[in-house]
Formats: sequence, C-alpha cells, structure tokens
Amino acid sequence: MSVAFDEMTLPDGSVRPAYSGLKEWLGSLPPDILDLRRREAEVIFRRTGITFAVYGEADAAERLIPFDVLPRIISKMEWETLRRGLEQRVRTINAYIKDIYGRRDILRAGIVPEDLIFQNPVFRPEMNGQKVPHDIYVHVAGIDVVRVDADTFYVLEDNARTPSGVSYMLENREIMMRLFPELFSRHRVAPVEHYADELLATLKSVAPLTSSADPVVVLLSPGIYNSAYYEHSFLADKLGIELVEGRDLLIKGEVVYMRTTEGLKRVDVIYRRIDDDFLDPLAFRPDSALGVPGLMAAYQAGNVTLSNAVGTGIADDKAVYSYMPEITKFYLGEEPILKNVPTWRCREPEHLKYVLDHLDELVVKEVHGSGGYGMPIGPRADKATIATFRAKVKSNPRNFIAQPTLALSTCPTCVDEGIAPRHVDLRPFVLTGSDKIRIVPGGLTRVALQKGSLVVNSSQGGGTKDTWVLDT
Amino acid sequence: MLSRTADNLYWLARYVERAEYLARILEATQRLTALPLAYVGTSNEWASAVATAGCASAFFARFDEANEENVTHFLAFSADNPSSIRSCFESARTNARAVRTALTVEMWDAINGAWLELKRYGNGPASREEMMRFLRWVQETSMLFDGSAYRTMLRNDAYWFSRLGVFVERADNTARILDVKFHLLLPEEEHVGGPLDYFQWSAILRSVSALTAYHWVYRDSLKPWLVADLLILNKQMPRSLSSCYSNLVSFLDDIASAYGRQGPTQRHARNVHTRLENSKIDGLFQSGLHEFITGFLADNNHLNTMVNEQYLN
Repeated sequence: MSVAFDEMTLPDGSVRPAYSGLKEWLGSLPPDILDLRRREAEVIFRRTGITFAVYGEADAAERLIPFDVLPRIISKMEWETLRRGLEQRVRTINAYIKDIYGRRDILRAGIVPEDLIFQNPVFRPEMNGQKVPHDIYVHVAGIDVVRVDADTFYVLEDNARTPSGVSYMLENREIMMRLFPELFSRHRVAPVEHYADELLATLKSVAPLTSSADPVVVLLSPGIYNSAYYEHSFLADKLGIELVEGRDLLIKGEVVYMRTTEGLKRVDVIYRRIDDDFLDPLAFRPDSALGVPGLMAAYQAGNVTLSNAVGTGIADDKAVYSYMPEITKFYLGEEPILKNVPTWRCREPEHLKYVLDHLDELVVKEVHGSGGYGMPIGPRADKATIATFRAKVKSNPRNFIAQPTLALSTCPTCVDEGIAPRHVDLRPFVLTGSDKIRIVPGGLTRVALQKGSLVVNSSQGGGTKDTWVLDT
Repeated sequence: MLSRTADNLYWLARYVERAEYLARILEATQRLTALPLAYVGTSNEWASAVATAGCASAFFARFDEANEENVTHFLAFSADNPSSIRSCFESARTNARAVRTALTVEMWDAINGAWLELKRYGNGPASREEMMRFLRWVQETSMLFDGSAYRTMLRNDAYWFSRLGVFVERADNTARILDVKFHLLLPEEEHVGGPLDYFQWSAILRSVSALTAYHWVYRDSLKPWLVADLLILNKQMPRSLSSCYSNLVSFLDDIASAYGRQGPTQRHARNVHTRLENSKIDGLFQSGLHEFITGFLADNNHLNTMVNEQYLN
C-alpha cells in the first residue's frame, strides 16, 4: 500500500498552509499540556453525559467516544469544492428517489438494474406513487467523504436514512473553544453553531401544505436505550422541539397528535430517528413497540411530513452506490464533482472474476448492513478469512461489492507515543429544505486511533476530532 | 408539554426528595442509637427507621430483625429495595435522562454527578465516619439539585410539575414520621419517662431538619404538642404539612392559569389546605392525632392519583 497523504505534513517535511498555524502553536506549547487538556475534555464529556451505547456489551451501557484535541483543518478552497460536490450529490439522491417511487425513468433507461431496487429489502412498495411534501425525500443526509491526496475526495457512503453524529460535531467545537481559546484566536474558523437553526428552518420548510403557518416539529426517538439517545435529546433541546417516543404520539382521523399536559396537540413534521421498519406496527414490523400505529396512513394522507421520508434506503444502499456517477449524469446532466471509490459489483461476472482473483488486495463489503461490522479489510486478513470470504462471495455474488483499499488521508493526532498521523474520514451534514440546501461548514471527523487502522467507527475504537473550515 | 415529560419531572423531584429524607432518617437514627440506653429506652430504633421510611413490610419479608447493618444497607445501598437511596438516585437519573431537554444543565449536572459519585461508594462505606459523610453528601446533592432547579429553571409548567413532586413527597415524608412516632407525642402516654422522650423528639426534628427551627419558633424546650404543631400546622416551617400544601395549591394554580382551566386536582389540594389552615393543634390531639395523620396520608396519596389522571396520563 502506498504511503497515505498527510493533511499537515508533506513528504518533504514542509507544512501545508492550512496547518501552519497549528504547527506553530504546537511548537510553542509547554510539554504535557495536551495531555492535561485531553483529560479535562474527558471529564467535561462525561459530566455532560455525551455518551453512546455499544450494542452487545454488558457494562458498557454508556461509553465515551474518544475525543482528539487536535483539530482537523480544511482550507476555504477545499471546502468550496466539497460543498458544491455535496450539494450536487444530495440533489441527485432526491431526484433519484422521486423517480424510483414515481415514473422510474432511470430503470427504463437501463441505468440501474431493476432487481437491485425491487428485490431490495429497503425498497418500500408503500411509497409507490406516493407524493411527499415538496418532493423532498432526504432532508438530512450525512455523506461520508474520505480523502486520498491533495486534490481527491471520494464519497465513501451516502447516509440517507437517519444519519447520526452531528451532536459530536457541535459538542467538539464547544469543548475546543473552551479548552483552546488561544488556538482559535490564531485562526479564522467558520462557525458551526447555527446548525440547529438551519435544521429547524429546513424541517419547517417541508411541512405539509395543509399545516399552519408555524408548523409543530417533533423529534421521534426510540428512547433512552438507543445508542444515539444523547444526540436525540441534544438536538431536540437545541431546536426547542419536543423529544417524543412512539407512545407519546397517537393518530386520530389520519392526523398525528402528541399527548401533552394540556391534552392532544397536532404534529406537522416528525424528524424521526427511528428506522422505517419500526415506524408503524400496522404497516411494517408488527412487533415494533417503538412506533406509532397508523402513522403510515397519516403520512400517506399527506397530513404529516416524515423526515427523512420512508424508503430512502434505496439511495444509500451499497449496491446502488456504485451507480451514483451515472445517476448524477442522468438527472443533472453534470459530471460528478465528488468521485466515487472505484467499485466492483460482484453481480457482474467480469467484476466477480476480478474480485475473486484479487481478494487479498480488496475490501469486500456486504451490500446491505452498515458500519465496520464483518467487513474484512483485504490486505490485513489472514488466509483462512480470505478463504471463508471467497466461498461466501461465490455463493451469493449479488450480495457483495469490492473496493480497493484506500490510503485514507491522515491527520496529526494525540496518541500515547505523542503526536502521530492517524487515518480520518469526514461526515458533513447536508440539509435540504423546500427553499434551499444548507450545509454547515465542516462536519464530523472520525479518526482511527489504532496505528495503521482504517476503521473509524466509534463502535470499533474510532474517535472524533473537531473539524475546522478556515474562512481565509 | 408532553405528559410523559411532566411525569418524568414529577418523579425525578420525588426521588431526589426521598433520598434526602432517607439520609436524614439514617443520620438521626445513628445519633439516637449512639446514646446510652438510659437516654433513649430499649425500643428498636432501627426497626423504627425502616417503618419511618415506609418500607417495613419489604424489609421484614427479608430480615427477621432490624439492626444497624441490615437497615443501613437496605435503606441506603440495596439494589433490591426500590426506595433505597441508591435506587432513588438511579431512578432519578433514569428520569432525568429521559427528559434531558426539560432540565437545565445545572440540574442535569447535579443528578448525573450524584449518579457517578454513587458508584464510588459501591456497596457502602467501611466505617461509621464514612457513612456519616455519605449521608451528608446525599443531603447536599438534594440541595444542589433543588437549588439548581430553583435558580435556573424557567417558571413554566416544567418547573411547576417538578415542584409538585417535591411537595407531594415532602408532605408524605413528614406525615410518615408523625405516623410512626405519634405515640411519643401524645402527652398522656407516660410509659416512657421525660428524658427518654426528649431525645426521641429531637431525633424527629432532626429527621426533618427542624431542630434549630423549633427553638426559633417557640423559644421553649421541647414539648410534644409543639413538635406536632411545628410539623403539621406551622406556616413558617418549610416541611410542615401546612406549608407543603400551601405550596401545592400555589403551583397547581400556576398550572391551572397557564392552561386556562381549574380541575379536580386544584379543588382537592385546596380542600386539604383549608382544613389544615382551620385546625388548631389541641383540636387535632382531641379528635385523635393518629386518625388525623392516617387521613392526611390518604389525602396526599389521592392528590398524587389526581395529578396523574389530570395531567400525566
């Protein structure tokens, strides 16, 4: 594998301009100060209760995501490209979903294979021909982006269902401003704190046409046992909206109400952080205790906006991912600004052959499923693992895609042996309202804290960093 | 606001208030049992503490007799006892997590900090000294939480429901002490001598942090009917039944005026309050102190039910 691109230091030892301020500041620090600040940050995070749950771990009911005190810095020009690319990507996604549940031009044009849609468990037949308010399906997208060199950003994954992590983006910034005022005064960092206002404006803009001038927006959470519960309560608080659970809502005459101390109150927009499957036991999983019976009927009657819409999974599915460049060209007639990671679709015989021949240098992913679970990293896997995978891929090629191992860029990170480069990715959050697309500059940078590791998932030892977009 | 949020706020406040009360009972009992027998008599103060905490039946289902070790553990640290200090703090924190958005940062900090600190105590302190520190800490936590609520919350329904929880619980606690100890207050009960009762009375006052208050209010040595007067009728005393109900009436009125509707809960609270206002302590003794207290506990319970039915369901 080639040497990864470091975002601070070039191979010749020179420092890239965006990082010169940080480098200088690091040189001026007394020893141990970073360690001290790191411990301070941990105390603050724990006291504020910014924790997440890891499923399947008994006592780890509440864990902290490790926070790295060194910021990841993006220059204004780099961000400008990213921003345009993200907007384009999300406009594409919305056009595509509308088409899939509507006229299906793209299927007729033979650009995306039909079976990829109709045999996909995340395809929702309930949405066929269903109109959604303002034709917007994905109001909140978290597009995972990685970088491989000075000029190239790849989209790694489109999260178009219920992307999480934005609370860390906001809290990381708060804590950094508290711990390092001096470092901020040396930089002009674009603020992110208006995210909550932008989100609320977005959600209000997509209220059903029948709702009142000041629509009632709520955040629907699965409850305190959900791994992202902290984020749900954090966002509801910042937005000033009620944090509801399924049992707080009820449907009467295809209208959604919440139970309040003053009786029933009508709800217009539901920012739901519950998967499709659990939304409504009458429409989807009958054993769901988290949802609201009759919600789908109210939605189909056009009396409430669900954000994101039902059935958006067909856009962020890993199998569909590989078609995104063509999909972009099809709807927008534009070349994609952000590249896709080259992807082999095992469903196509010549791709499959290539994949089987090069298993030891590829990352093979299941088409469905999220995160780093069960994801073999080719070059690091042993022979037995590769053999097992070969059998799995052969038995059901449609279920797999493969990508080259990317040399993800690295950023300076505080680790036990001092400051060392670690691999990072970036999840910016893209908000699509009926009026415009809003993107707060930056996003959540995740960092793989283990030396050499490419897995940034918080459930597998990843940490986070504050992400700075410089305004000069 | 969401009914569930109001419910969580109400119970959060109740649990914190209850934890403080348990700590006071344990502290007072500890003091009482440290005195020579000649001063306190031979009654089992630990059994009395369990009764005052309102968990006698759960306790004796588990233990044959009450002693310092098992009572302290049961009331302070037992995970099996839903009303132990530990369980109260844990329930309080669960409720707090569920309504993070309705709490101020200061309130969350107080309750989350307590929950983290509690883990340090594990299954209980090793020594009596440490136990005393623990009990002080529980009371300080409650004051920190209460003070944070008082100083930082918006004066809206969230605040009012949380206050209802405080005062329903507080009224229940004060009445319960009176219920268990009322026989000590009856002047005609002469089976224990004066000096014995003196320490019992002061222990009662300590349990509700009213010992100093007593002297300021009555400027007299401890007299059982004055102790009863202080805890039941005195308006200056923040833990008296009368004072609790004056607060309950006022917070229920705030809710009613914000929502534009008086209901059965408001009427019930006002009735209880009026009855207290119109009572004199000798009258209560004449018509039967025990009956009065039993009646009050039932009334207070009923208020809890009505708040539930009118707002929290």
